Amino acid sequence: MKFMGYRRTDGTVGIRNHVIIIPSVVCANRVARGISQLVTGTTWVEHQHGCTQLGADAALTRRVLVAHGTHPNVYGVVVVGLGCETLRAQDIAAEIKKTCPDKPVHLVIIQDEGGSVKAIAAGASAAREMVGGASSMERTPSDVAELILGTECGGSDACSGISANPALGVACDLLIDAGGSVILAETTELIGAEHLIAARAVSEQVAARCYDVIRRCEDSAKAMGVDMRGGQPTPGNIEGGLSSIEEKSLGCIYKAGTKPLQDVIDYAMPVTKKGLIWMDTPGQDIEQLTGMVAGGCQIVVFTTGRGTCCGSPIAPAIKVATNTAIFEKMKDNMDMNAGTIITGHESIPQVGKRILAEIVQVASGKLVRAESLGFNDFAIKRIGPSM
Amino acid sequence: MVTKKAIVMEGIDNVAIVVEPIEAPAEIVVEAASDKIVVHITDNIPFGHKFAIRDIPEGSLILKYGEPIGVARIDIKAGQHVHVHNLESKRGRGDQ
Repeated sequence: MKFMGYRRTDGTVGIRNHVIIIPSVVCANRVARGISQLVTGTTWVEHQHGCTQLGADAALTRRVLVAHGTHPNVYGVVVVGLGCETLRAQDIAAEIKKTCPDKPVHLVIIQDEGGSVKAIAAGASAAREMVGGASSMERTPSDVAELILGTECGGSDACSGISANPALGVACDLLIDAGGSVILAETTELIGAEHLIAARAVSEQVAARCYDVIRRCEDSAKAMGVDMRGGQPTPGNIEGGLSSIEEKSLGCIYKAGTKPLQDVIDYAMPVTKKGLIWMDTPGQDIEQLTGMVAGGCQIVVFTTGRGTCCGSPIAPAIKVATNTAIFEKMKDNMDMNAGTIITGHESIPQVGKRILAEIVQVASGKLVRAESLGFNDFAIKRIGPSM
Repeated sequence: MVTKKAIVMEGIDNVAIVVEPIEAPAEIVVEAASDKIVVHITDNIPFGHKFAIRDIPEGSLILKYGEPIGVARIDIKAGQHVHVHNLESKRGRGDQ
């Protein structure tokens, strides 16, 4: 099965050709936004991090920022720094360039440029040149085996485990059969279902890691000293009929299909294996989305029962409604409807095949709603305090 | 083309999921494995919510997808709404 993609010199295949403006620090957000607003054909991210961070926490933020630059869906990058921050923009730009020597990378440091106005002008000029190059590149036929699919469910309801998630599971199985990779994530939303996924692990080590990440996640919830209900499941999940984290998780896990679990990897680490991979991320939608994209996933399928609009700045997220009512009510934001399974109009395998067909179309260039409506949500997991 | 008002995911489950809101009182037939069970619904059940298809004594497991989703906090009668008011989660409980 083929799609039309952008072949990169490092051998990866992108499904988009973005020029992205990345601030290395919260203090550079305004300039990054200003550059992107001046240059049609660019996107940007904003975040709250990049300074007064230590050790593994600083390294994690850095990893996510660099990975959004090196990502196969990205043609070129403008990295913006203030000049005095912990995560130096010149280091992030250099690391992107080292990993992807052929990728255009431009560095703008606000203090060196002489303020925000001049920094925006310098960044916009570089970004304009990149857009010219990006827009003249052509798509070529690529095999779906090149795809890394991120799976996500957010704003879940009781239909998630009956309709959209089992259908996404079918699509995942088909993609893995075709040689692709699939990320299962949101560790919190696997509490109570870990025995089911661990039973599918390819080795005892991988199975042990399933229980290990769940234990750490549950322990950090318990450390708050409260019942996790309200935080997980959320009030909206509860209103939708989900009564406990166990119930949410057991519905959540259907989207991972039935294939063996190849590995459990840390947040935002690169996906290097084929087949099903569990990335240890929080259940918070945007932190999860950002972690999976940093791991190299070019495309996301996002099931939702309560309705969500979000999207990554560089990877399309196909929204699949779990019930027809929310599909109709939030039509501007929903790409597909799996509620037909609930009403008996379609079977789970039928919707699963429809999801895979949509993945191929979107990978070839069809815009999802989150893209055409301008969503560029971005949030990095923190593992340490700001100093 | 709606054929069912409620779905039982696995034969050993003791709850059904409502796919069309039910106003009490009502008689609902659900299929659990190959059995047809008639349940007299005594609470209004919103879309996506659950009702007990058998009596669930206090302290016993509540099963959906053939797996435990919590424990009955009180005796739950067949036909009653099962949700956060009578289902106790066993995981991530920092308050216990």
